[in-house]
Amino acid sequence: MSLAFDDYGRPYIILREQGSKKRMKGLEAYKSNILAAKAIANTLSSSLGPKGMDKMLVSADGDVSVTNDGATIVEKMEIQHPTAKLLVELSQSQDAEIGDGTTGVVVLAGKLLEQALTLLDKGIHPLKISDGFDRACDVAIKHLDQIAEEIDIQQNDHEALIQAACTALGSKVVSKRKRELGKIAVTAVLDVADLTRKDVNLDLIKIQTKTGGSVEDTRLISGILIDKDMSHPQMKKEVTDAKICLLTCPFEPPKPKTKHNINISNAEDYKKLYQQEQQYFVDMVKLVKNSGANIALCQWGFDDEANHLLLQNELPAVRWVSGTDVELIAMATGARIIPRFQEITPQKLGKAGSIREVQFGTSNERMLVIENCQCTKAVTILIRGGSQMIVDEAKRSIHDAICVIRNLIKDNRIVYGGGSAELACALQVLQYADEVSSVEQYAVRSFADALEGIPNCLADNCGLNPITSVAQAKSRQLAEKNPRIGIDCMELGTSDMKEQKIYETLSSKKQQIQLATQVVKMILKIDDVIAPDDY
Amino acid sequence: MDIVGNVLPQVLKDEATEDKGEMARLQSFVGAIAVADLVKTTLGPKGMDKILKPTGPGQEMTHITVTNDGATILKSMYVENPAAKILIEISKTQDEEVGDGTTTVAVLAGELLREGEKLIQKRIHPQQVIAGWRIARDVALKRLRDISTENDIESQEFHNDLIKIAKTTLSSKLITTDRDYFADLCVKAVLRLKGSSNLDYIQIIKIPGGTIRDSYLDDGFILKKQITIGCKRRIENAKILVANTAMDYDKIKIYGTKVKVNSMDKVAEIEAAEKEKMKHKVDKILQYQPTVFVNRQLIYNYPEQLLADAGITVIEHADFEGMERVAAATGAEILSTFDAPERRDQILGNCELIEEIMIGEEKMIKFSGCKKNEACTIVLRGSSIHILDEVDRSIHDVLCVLITTVKNRRVVWGGGNSEMQMAAACDEEAKRVQGKQALAIEAYARALRQLPTIICDNGGYDSAELVQNFKVELEKGNLSYGLNMNDGSIGDMKELGVKECMRVKEQALLAASEAAELIMRVDDIVKCAPRKRERA
Repeated sequence: MSLAFDDYGRPYIILREQGSKKRMKGLEAYKSNILAAKAIANTLSSSLGPKGMDKMLVSADGDVSVTNDGATIVEKMEIQHPTAKLLVELSQSQDAEIGDGTTGVVVLAGKLLEQALTLLDKGIHPLKISDGFDRACDVAIKHLDQIAEEIDIQQNDHEALIQAACTALGSKVVSKRKRELGKIAVTAVLDVADLTRKDVNLDLIKIQTKTGGSVEDTRLISGILIDKDMSHPQMKKEVTDAKICLLTCPFEPPKPKTKHNINISNAEDYKKLYQQEQQYFVDMVKLVKNSGANIALCQWGFDDEANHLLLQNELPAVRWVSGTDVELIAMATGARIIPRFQEITPQKLGKAGSIREVQFGTSNERMLVIENCQCTKAVTILIRGGSQMIVDEAKRSIHDAICVIRNLIKDNRIVYGGGSAELACALQVLQYADEVSSVEQYAVRSFADALEGIPNCLADNCGLNPITSVAQAKSRQLAEKNPRIGIDCMELGTSDMKEQKIYETLSSKKQQIQLATQVVKMILKIDDVIAPDDY
Repeated sequence: MDIVGNVLPQVLKDEATEDKGEMARLQSFVGAIAVADLVKTTLGPKGMDKILKPTGPGQEMTHITVTNDGATILKSMYVENPAAKILIEISKTQDEEVGDGTTTVAVLAGELLREGEKLIQKRIHPQQVIAGWRIARDVALKRLRDISTENDIESQEFHNDLIKIAKTTLSSKLITTDRDYFADLCVKAVLRLKGSSNLDYIQIIKIPGGTIRDSYLDDGFILKKQITIGCKRRIENAKILVANTAMDYDKIKIYGTKVKVNSMDKVAEIEAAEKEKMKHKVDKILQYQPTVFVNRQLIYNYPEQLLADAGITVIEHADFEGMERVAAATGAEILSTFDAPERRDQILGNCELIEEIMIGEEKMIKFSGCKKNEACTIVLRGSSIHILDEVDRSIHDVLCVLITTVKNRRVVWGGGNSEMQMAAACDEEAKRVQGKQALAIEAYARALRQLPTIICDNGGYDSAELVQNFKVELEKGNLSYGLNMNDGSIGDMKELGVKECMRVKEQALLAASEAAELIMRVDDIVKCAPRKRERA
């Protein structure tokens, strides 16, 4: 088609470089796109739910990670197909916005595309399909708002929050300790949360990993843990009632940014320079000491001489503290970050109950713990585990749990998990389908089928018969008018998710359905793919 | 192509691969079991060693390692299988956390997966297997903690326990013939630390020559350096100044400084000033009135001569670890500036005697009668560097185990006793659990029993019979029985004095279970295209 003929039968070129470009059009393009996206969704679908399996990912350098987190899987998969990449972004935007439900959103998109494929085969125009999906999505979202319940997060020692965290952690490798880890996550979030503004700054929760021990040994430290030790081996290992001087200038002679030369032409100058150099260090240490500080944390390095002077003045110091840690410490201890020695004043010092060095294992690794900070608004979760892969996965899992709790603090409405919310929406959408008088009716109906795909997939992963269990749940929902009936994944003997306490946040569910629909609509609009041939 | 005949578009990058379901699981099992099988022959007192030979140009046969240490073997291996990498990772973590049991942890994880594979073949869902393993792990852990005993740190029993543990650990190493000797040596070294866990204070010096028996513990501190020529070789009641300062010439630290002169006279002046500066520094050092001066950095001839003239013994270029140890042992402060001679008493370190000694062919400096007596030195002798390296690793293992024991203080009987007891606890639990998980719990027990079985096999004994008899003895209530690997029988560990540190077992159990669970949960392996490297 890229070659056409004019009135005289002479050929002319429409698309240049035809030989080096590959082009797919029409139905072929739709199908190819949908199949590629489905391939990704298929890979992820076995990770869904409490009995979902993990994926092992080997990076280009041979590093191994094992994970259950949808966003991490697709990110590390090295996907090159352009449409499949859209799903990667879908998962990542869910991760960025909500932090949890990254697998579910991709699986839902996959199910929607599957339905779209059959509709295309029926000869329905892609735009009609996407219109139908759009209308169905609105209905589903509205229904979610109706079935959502407000929970009291304060009640019963924040039991609801812990349960929600447990739901998020249930599908991970750490699920054995989900209650303990859930509690840690809840306490961490509540410690830093601003309940009046309903806001949580997640930067204040630091997650530090350290191999060794077991996942049970994971602890919450009401303070900050930094992976550093004192700059001089003989400095005090513990400071109580610490007054912290937080510096972002090195204990070294100044290096002006303007290029300059000092020219020395005689011995007199040489001596003077030497004296001045010595004086610098003395002055610097004196300025810190005079302010009343009893520990100095510095973002930069120390000269040997300065280091010793600090020791001599009984001023423990830490060098090369990372920028993020400096900010965190500043927030927690109320210290001001001081960029020049001349600016040090007693008011700018931060306060903490104690700073001490702790030691791990036999390899003599040390970390610093800063506890009882003045403005206790920073906590650290120290994750332990038998191997690097375990601690990495635990870190991702705890991050998910923290995000869920934050979302609940922002918006305390929940829906129930176990596929019950999806089923309820599917039923509502199905009802609505009959009211649509145009071709879109088919698309709306298919949307309902796709929503049912989620409980289907859950049941499948748990080793239940998917068709029977979904059918049962559906009929019970209708008969009992109870939108909380879902799939009994853990075989606890009840399908009512309220009794099982499987909580998911409303915002996450809504976001999942909206994002998935959007991406599917986008994929359905592509009817022509032009790519370099060797792609 | 999928089942209906649609041509699937290529989703992943060219060389990236994806294996799903059974294929993925098979890969992990094969890899993990292969690694476990590789190290399992080193297990137990009759385990064999491995030779590790590096590959690469110019390195063939030049530096080989002979070892029995699981972590060392696994660390040096190049594997591509991702599951195998997980096993190597847990072995490394075990090494960092408790220092010993590095083989045990890999073998246990491998055996668990071997049992897991059988269950999967019976069509039991991996999640069911994991659920069973979790129950089993808790039961095993509880039993392990229950059977362990604790002694007071000051008591004689605890001291005896330490020696027994050291002997047990050493019995699987190269120096097993001399284990009484080395056990005593290691325990003495660890007890000097007085409960602190800083291994840095125990220095190990390896000098080829002599026999292993010639190794000894020196209660002083030995620095692998020489006293500078022209200084006294023996100093009594030494006052030591430990410094980390430039003693060549002080480079100007102010940025952008350039020396520009326009005549020869000026050059001479600057040179004089430079000399003056150095002399000034030496003078300041002299104000402290030390008798020995130890510096981390080089000392040039000129300051060296000045110091020597003042009758000070000079030791230059001490490495940083050595410096920290000298400072810790003698109670000195590490100096970089010299402006506070009035604090002399706090700054200078003391020791009764510093002398140059000869060990084999090498000259060293010995500090004895130090103020703080924590630091000590183990001098290892042996007929070749390979033996010395292996002895070093063994001693390191023992020291780590001992320190862990001092911290944790709980001990269990050795000879496979704890594994068998844990297995028995799992078997009991399996009888009470309903559902398929019970099969996984039994599998866990079998995997635990594999450890004594392998130890027997490595010794060339009839493992099937021994382990069965062992089981019977435990059933009879002889709870301190275990494998006697000297004559291939079941014996009372109380009489044989075989003890092990509980913490090591605990960590091995936890890490192996976690790793096995991690591998079991995988149903999909995605490998990225390997990064292209420019060949040099």
